[in-house]
Amino acid sequence: MLQLTLFYIFAVLAVLGGIMVVVHRNPIYSALSLILTLFALAGEYILLMAHFIAIVHIAVYAGAIMVLFLFVIMLLNIRIEERAPGALRYMVYIGVPMAAILFLQLGYLAFKGFQEVYVKNTDVGTVERIGQALFSKYVLPFEITSILLVVAMVGAVYLSKRKLEIVE
Amino acid sequence: MPIAIGTTDLISILPIAIVSLFGVYLLLQSVFAPRMNRILIPYLGILGVGLAVVGNFFLIGMEGTAFEGMVRVDRLTVVLNFLFLITAALSLLITISYHEGEHVEFLEFTPLVLFSTAGMMVMGSAESLMTIFLGLETMSIALYVMAGFRRTNRHSLEAALKYFLLGAFATGFLLYGMALTYGMVGSTNLTQIAQYFTQNALDVPLVALMGLALIIIGFGFKVALVPFHMWTPDVYQGSPLPVTAYMAVGAKAAGFAAILRVISLSAFSIAFQWSEILWVLAVLTMTVGNVVALVQDNIKRMLAYSSIAHAGYILVGVVASNDQTVPSVVFYLIVYLFMNLGAFAVATMVAGQNERRVNIQYYRGLGYTQPLLALAMAVFMFSLAGFPPTAGFIGKFYIFSAALQSGYVWLVILGVINSLISVYYYLNVVVAMYMQQPVDEKKIAPVLPGVGVVILVAVLGIVYLGIFPGTMLSVLR
Repeated sequence: MLQLTLFYIFAVLAVLGGIMVVVHRNPIYSALSLILTLFALAGEYILLMAHFIAIVHIAVYAGAIMVLFLFVIMLLNIRIEERAPGALRYMVYIGVPMAAILFLQLGYLAFKGFQEVYVKNTDVGTVERIGQALFSKYVLPFEITSILLVVAMVGAVYLSKRKLEIVE
Repeated sequence: MPIAIGTTDLISILPIAIVSLFGVYLLLQSVFAPRMNRILIPYLGILGVGLAVVGNFFLIGMEGTAFEGMVRVDRLTVVLNFLFLITAALSLLITISYHEGEHVEFLEFTPLVLFSTAGMMVMGSAESLMTIFLGLETMSIALYVMAGFRRTNRHSLEAALKYFLLGAFATGFLLYGMALTYGMVGSTNLTQIAQYFTQNALDVPLVALMGLALIIIGFGFKVALVPFHMWTPDVYQGSPLPVTAYMAVGAKAAGFAAILRVISLSAFSIAFQWSEILWVLAVLTMTVGNVVALVQDNIKRMLAYSSIAHAGYILVGVVASNDQTVPSVVFYLIVYLFMNLGAFAVATMVAGQNERRVNIQYYRGLGYTQPLLALAMAVFMFSLAGFPPTAGFIGKFYIFSAALQSGYVWLVILGVINSLISVYYYLNVVVAMYMQQPVDEKKIAPVLPGVGVVILVAVLGIVYLGIFPGTMLSVLR
């Protein structure tokens, strides 16, 4: 019962966030609403016993990608709905068919009726299981990834340090 | 679940571990000893590579997989490890001399070379698609940064950005291919993939073939096969010369190592499915590389197109897909290492400060002003063109005879014709050196010890492998 209640709370939050992304006139509010949606979805993942995906979802989407979004919005300094006239007209031609396809798919699923799925191993997605896999079978790829990240960091620091003058 | 890592596991990644640890150590070096002379850092890097070479000797004679089927140690692994380590050491030696004219910052450069080499070795010893991918990315990301190492030069930055964007795009193809293959096979383990293809050899599912095709595109980009070669000339031209040398040899050898592991060995039983595709790619690569190289007057661009053409020759060995494939391809990679690094070492010497003298016209009269340097360059050019008794001839001979054994007569004929075309532009350099007057009176700086060692090693390697190829070939078989 608690699970179901939580599911509905998260679901309502996710949909509300989604609507606010579209409705808000200020792009920064839109971006912040998207973060709300992403957090709500992470809550749903936790209810599905996919703890790891929930954490990664928050860290990657709500963390890294949204910060990137906000950076771009702030760097471009877009005020309220500054958009090229006429751009929206073309969007309609793409957006409406896309939405129609999406709703058709949803309708098809609802019409067909959902199948109940029983998950036998409920701890597949937990952090413990993933940690065990990472440090036993996949320990070598895990360590190589650490080198990969060091390389990326060193490269980023080197290429972006100090000001430079470009010569032809 | 306990973590079970045995001694065999650790020994099998010994060279990789040594090189990576040295890279980390060199990064921390400036924290612990901030006043140390920066020029010492590449020497420490070479020391690390040398220790890894020593570590690699422990791998000789080992046979089997380690880390739960993530890496494989066999003769191919050991030879490839030696190849990558020698490439890294020689490139660092060129870099030391390069520093005299350009302010390449060793503090970041040396660790990047070491990490990149570790990535190459991971690719060469991979037994799983996962390790191949991680090795490839470690190598590539380090190379993207190294391409842009002359940060004040517009062409260098352009090269880095171009390489990065196109490389990331190609990685996408590779990853899709691996995902599709994994989806069909149910495992990323190369042995299990080989079993899958053997079982379904007569009726391979389309999805698995799509996966293989996308993997070929991904690797084809890394080794610069036509039509995935567009980045090569610009990136080779813009990168600092030692990086170009390292990239041309190391990345190509690592790419072909991965092709050998995944395509030649794991998908051996369905060779009839992919060999025709690679046949076309090989002919295209050889022809486009050689024909476009004819009109280049910049030595870096010329060597870039020549490296494309050489990827084509090596691919001929892959197309053959018989028991000669692995020995002939690896032998050619070793030969290619010596002749290409040698040519780039000479080019570094001639280019001088800020790489101003990269046009072939600056080679005019080099035979009289710098007789030894010119002689070495002539050896490299003859070897690249495939004249006997240089190693370039023997390498091509084994590649083409492997293809003949599988009955690819037309492929060999086209390869030989291409080889003849290539003589023109390689000898162009030799003609400029010995039969034309110097374009300016400015003297080229005397050969620096670092580059001198590289040129000496390269010449000795070419002559030795050209006259006594038997020893190396018996090792490879």
